[in-house]
Amino acid sequence: MSDIPAIRVSGAVKCFGALRALDGVDLDIRQGEFFGLLGPNGAGKTTLISALAGLSRLTEGHIAVMGHDVVRDYRQARSVLGVVPQELVFDPFFSVRELLRIQAGYFGIRGNDDWIDELLANLDLTNKAETNMRQLSGGMKRRVLVAQALVHKPDVIVLDEPTAGVDVELRQTLWRFIRKLNENGHTIVLTTHYLEEAEELCHRIAMLKAGQIVALDTTQNILARVGGQTLKLHIGSAALPAVLVAKALSFDAGVAQFNFADPLQVEETLRVMREAGVRVEEMEILKPDLEQAFIQMMRQEAA
Amino acid sequence: MIAFRTLLYKEMLRFWKVSFQTVAAPVLTSVLYLMIFGHVLEGRVQPYPGVSYTAFLIPGLVMMSVLQNAFANSSSSLIQSKITGNIVFVLLPPISYREFFSAYVLAAVVRGIVVGLGVWLAAAFFVLTPLAHLFWVLCFATLGGAIMGALGVVAGIWAEKFDQLAAFQNFLIMPLTMLSGVFYSIHSLPPFWQSLSRLNPFFFMIDGFRYGFFGVSDINPWVSFAVVGIALILVTGFSLEMLRRGYKLRY
Repeated sequence: MSDIPAIRVSGAVKCFGALRALDGVDLDIRQGEFFGLLGPNGAGKTTLISALAGLSRLTEGHIAVMGHDVVRDYRQARSVLGVVPQELVFDPFFSVRELLRIQAGYFGIRGNDDWIDELLANLDLTNKAETNMRQLSGGMKRRVLVAQALVHKPDVIVLDEPTAGVDVELRQTLWRFIRKLNENGHTIVLTTHYLEEAEELCHRIAMLKAGQIVALDTTQNILARVGGQTLKLHIGSAALPAVLVAKALSFDAGVAQFNFADPLQVEETLRVMREAGVRVEEMEILKPDLEQAFIQMMRQEAA
Repeated sequence: MIAFRTLLYKEMLRFWKVSFQTVAAPVLTSVLYLMIFGHVLEGRVQPYPGVSYTAFLIPGLVMMSVLQNAFANSSSSLIQSKITGNIVFVLLPPISYREFFSAYVLAAVVRGIVVGLGVWLAAAFFVLTPLAHLFWVLCFATLGGAIMGALGVVAGIWAEKFDQLAAFQNFLIMPLTMLSGVFYSIHSLPPFWQSLSRLNPFFFMIDGFRYGFFGVSDINPWVSFAVVGIALILVTGFSLEMLRRGYKLRY
């Protein structure tokens, strides 16, 4: 595999009036990576993807896909890029197969019905091929969106929250297929709200906040950064003892979360609870996951 | 080239799939105009010697259908795609803005000519118009359709809501077509209105088109050809510049 990054973002700034939706983003994604782009709503994930796809233009900076500048060499850049948009959009005039043939034609490809059939089979759409888009359920429409993005076999595939509001079955079908594509050398970029999904699938992760990258590392390293485990205590309507307020990772709806490296800290926390007369209804000890990393990083940034 | 052909094919398939609304309905409207105006004015008005009013009216109605349907095709396709969001399917692929423009405009011309032909065939049941110069008929139908298709691209991209598009259609396109001599020869107008009509590019489209049928017109067809050609160049230039900048399409 060549050294050219699949995606290179340099000094990306995008302003909407006074708002800096992207505020100096630098990012290299290597070929063959399964990359996660995480961040709260409004962090700039979709803005970044739009600029990458040529749907919007950066105020400053450059983006290249497989070495092709998305503005100057837009034809080459777009032919190697497949984007699954976040919004569930469809063209009501056509059947699934018509739509996929048309989409292939837009990329200068004709007569790739073998690949279209393979896409349909992998996305469990074969028996819907001749159905009009209007008659498909939301989940089916979502599958067609994925097929449309893959119809030209792009080297780089971007999925902008593809599993939002999608049932478990489709999620599994989709990830099995995307993993296979990744194993065959396609670069995958994923934005998602489901952190466990990113944790399971992505090799590397960038966390975005207010238009800036606040963390960029392998998934393992990010998890290691959280360190230790999490103690989760359900205390019902009781108040959290003052000593523990500062130590808690979060306290919400009667559930307090603490991070600990030494198991003895669990005993210490429980002692404080007991002495304060707080009844602990339920206790869980969790291994580090991305959600913790996410909460921690967003909070460090705020501090 | 495949991209352009695919987009053209998709745009034609789109209107053809709803041809009852996009072709049959405008044909019926024009036939109603023809029956009513023809019935009321036949024998009372004779625009050119030897040409009956109904015969005179037919090319006007045909051309009006070409123009209105060409405009409707590109403008409604674009605004629907923008509002439903499926415009991304044509924005994500490597389609150049010139291919984009040509495909939308050519599909608009085809729709205009299909409807125009439908009107002409339906009218042939009432009166069979002569056909003096087929070249001018096709030339003005194509150029007029292209101008309107390009204007439709401009309006479809500019408008953010259906009522903005309707305003463009009702307050600009409709008056200019209605006052262009579809229903009358401008020689029947008082001098002031006659000279005002000459500022309306739609007048030249219809007058030149009518010349193709009868071999007589208010204006020399070459003059009309020049005016219509220049109008097409201007609208095309404006529309291409909008698309090149990504106005309202690529933020």
